[in-house]
Amino acid sequence: MYRNMHVIVVGLSHKTAPIEIREKLAVPESRLGEALGRLCSYEGVREGMLLSTCNRVEVYSVVEDVEVGHERIQEFLADTNLSLSSEQLTPHLYWYTGDRAIAHLFRVAASLDSMVVGESQILGQLKDAFRVALAHKTTGVIMNKIVKKAISVAKRVRTETKIAETAVSVSYAAVELAKKIFSNLDEKTVMLVGAGEMAKLAARHLIAQGVRQVRITTRTPKHAIDLADKFGGTPVPFDHFKDEMAAADIVLVSTGASHYLVGAEDVQRAVDKRGNRPMFLIDISVPRNIDPAVRHVDNAFLFDIDDLTHRVQQNREERLQEAEKAERMIVEEVAVAVEWMKSLEVTPTIIALRNRVDEIRRMEVERVLGRLSHLSPQDRELVEGLASAIVNKLIHRTLVTLKAEVNSSNGLAFVEAARRFFDLDRPSPSDLSEADRSRYLAGRSHASDREESESVAHKQVR
Amino acid sequence: MASVCFMITMALYLAATVSFLVYLLRRSDALSNISLGITAVGFLFHTVALAAKAAVSSSSSHPSFFEALSFFSWMIILVFLLVEFRHRIPVLGSFMVPLALMSLVSAAALPETVPTLKPVFKTLWIHVALSMLGAVGFTVGFVAGVMYLIQERLLKSKRFNVLYSKLPALDFLDHLNQQSIVLGFPLLTLGIVTGAISAEFSRGSYMTWNPEQTGAVVTWLFYFVVLLGRLTVGWRAKRAAYLTVVGFACVILTLVGVVLKGHGDVS
Repeated sequence: MYRNMHVIVVGLSHKTAPIEIREKLAVPESRLGEALGRLCSYEGVREGMLLSTCNRVEVYSVVEDVEVGHERIQEFLADTNLSLSSEQLTPHLYWYTGDRAIAHLFRVAASLDSMVVGESQILGQLKDAFRVALAHKTTGVIMNKIVKKAISVAKRVRTETKIAETAVSVSYAAVELAKKIFSNLDEKTVMLVGAGEMAKLAARHLIAQGVRQVRITTRTPKHAIDLADKFGGTPVPFDHFKDEMAAADIVLVSTGASHYLVGAEDVQRAVDKRGNRPMFLIDISVPRNIDPAVRHVDNAFLFDIDDLTHRVQQNREERLQEAEKAERMIVEEVAVAVEWMKSLEVTPTIIALRNRVDEIRRMEVERVLGRLSHLSPQDRELVEGLASAIVNKLIHRTLVTLKAEVNSSNGLAFVEAARRFFDLDRPSPSDLSEADRSRYLAGRSHASDREESESVAHKQVR
Repeated sequence: MASVCFMITMALYLAATVSFLVYLLRRSDALSNISLGITAVGFLFHTVALAAKAAVSSSSSHPSFFEALSFFSWMIILVFLLVEFRHRIPVLGSFMVPLALMSLVSAAALPETVPTLKPVFKTLWIHVALSMLGAVGFTVGFVAGVMYLIQERLLKSKRFNVLYSKLPALDFLDHLNQQSIVLGFPLLTLGIVTGAISAEFSRGSYMTWNPEQTGAVVTWLFYFVVLLGRLTVGWRAKRAAYLTVVGFACVILTLVGVVLKGHGDVS
């Protein structure tokens, strides 16, 4: 009997451990190879992958014994940073096995376990972790399949739910709003007034979305020139940026000024100059730099930091709703993966293989004997014996090898191969309906025999 | 054949209207394709119905008011499907399909005797078709205007609800508004000219200032000013949206004028 293999995950994340612990445990990419080698050198640890990001450090592994594997991996984690005692570490660790471990991996990949649900970075980080494990050959049949599945599940979640559709950062919320005013940002001009970090970030997002014209003004001319270089924009003298405002479709203001820099009448003048083309103003400064009275100017749309934060909050709630859909998808996908895991056990594979070849033998013998009705009973027995002998000899080596390799490191590869060679994951002919069965027979006999085999199938129906 | 198709069309447009309105209120986008499918099937039936009707009536007969309104609603759906195909904004259907349904239902509700226009001249067909096409343009402009005003209000009041997320960008709506008026205006102009010519032949006078003609001329003048304002003094965005809503009221009044005329002086 093949020893059962178990998927296990042991680790900690932003949900269970403070940054002080996470940063100590994190493994830099340069040391991942060494760590993976150490992990797999433990007795009973068959496969391993290490996912180390700023929000989580997790060991995914395939072990022979759950309890032992769990202890070994805890040991491994405690050894990763010698300044961490296992007493310090253990309270923060969680561990799952079997279907729950697989579900956890799927949830992590789909960004359901992230600090910002729906963020896309984690999938890239998982791919990197998998790539490193592949390069160091510490993953095998099970991990390869499960991790690839996790990646495809994450993609499915991304395309079939709206989990990643809305902005969850203030700077990106500005872009989202801009898109409700301007359908095409390509030909739009953005003006950056002041150089607050958030405004710069928003400008960067806008450029990434197609905005080509960037004008920049800061109180210190030198600063504006530097920034203009960085963004590929043009500097505008601070003294008359209000006159230039009419040329800007989007105005991003974030200066350290303690009073309103832009008044309602300035905006009204700009809108008039623009022939009433809409204008989008974002005030990310605290205290505010744009007079809130701008709200009353037609065709000017002003949003301050609170509006953007409110929008982000709303989007986060929406994402959580979408996350519920994603959770349901993951339940489905985990069931499929668990089914596959079960198929990897040797005994059921041997039974399925025997059944499959017996089925084929029986059908072929019946078909031939149907045509050779003149044979004596002894001759019939001979034909049947011949068929059995051929079949048994053919599968003998396969069965012996499967049993022999049960406990070798690549035993699973043999099981997987046997299942593919003999097509064991498809229903056997006896499971098929009569119509399917005749199609099955027709498909695998020679064209000239087709009518023959179909008539055999009909006889069987009767 | 034709009347059966009309009934089916009406049923399908009704279903599409309901589906589109539910789509409008729900966060999920799942209904958009279903609604679109129903509308497209309805449109096919509508096309068959119109073709069957056209095949039956000879060219010498005159267009009934029912046929004109049916053609009008057919064109609205056609324009909607084209815009949707090009820009992928199913929410447009939530506004245009109900309008098409309304026009088809009101056509069916009118007494059969209403529309007997004088079958004098073949230009009557052209006149009706052109005027209706102009009206379709203004209807699309109206829808774009209403959508603009809603979205503008939502943005100003910072209410980011379902409607906000489904409505397209403001400048797109303003552009759609402009395009539809730019197309509708010359069509209406030609419609009025052909109408005047046919009036000259049937009544011996280009203008008799009956409700229909008066309505048409007022509508024409109104849109002329709207277009001129947009091109010269920047009547776009919110103001343009308001103006097209008012303009649409003129269009409706003119259509009422046509019905009144049908009742009154069938001279």
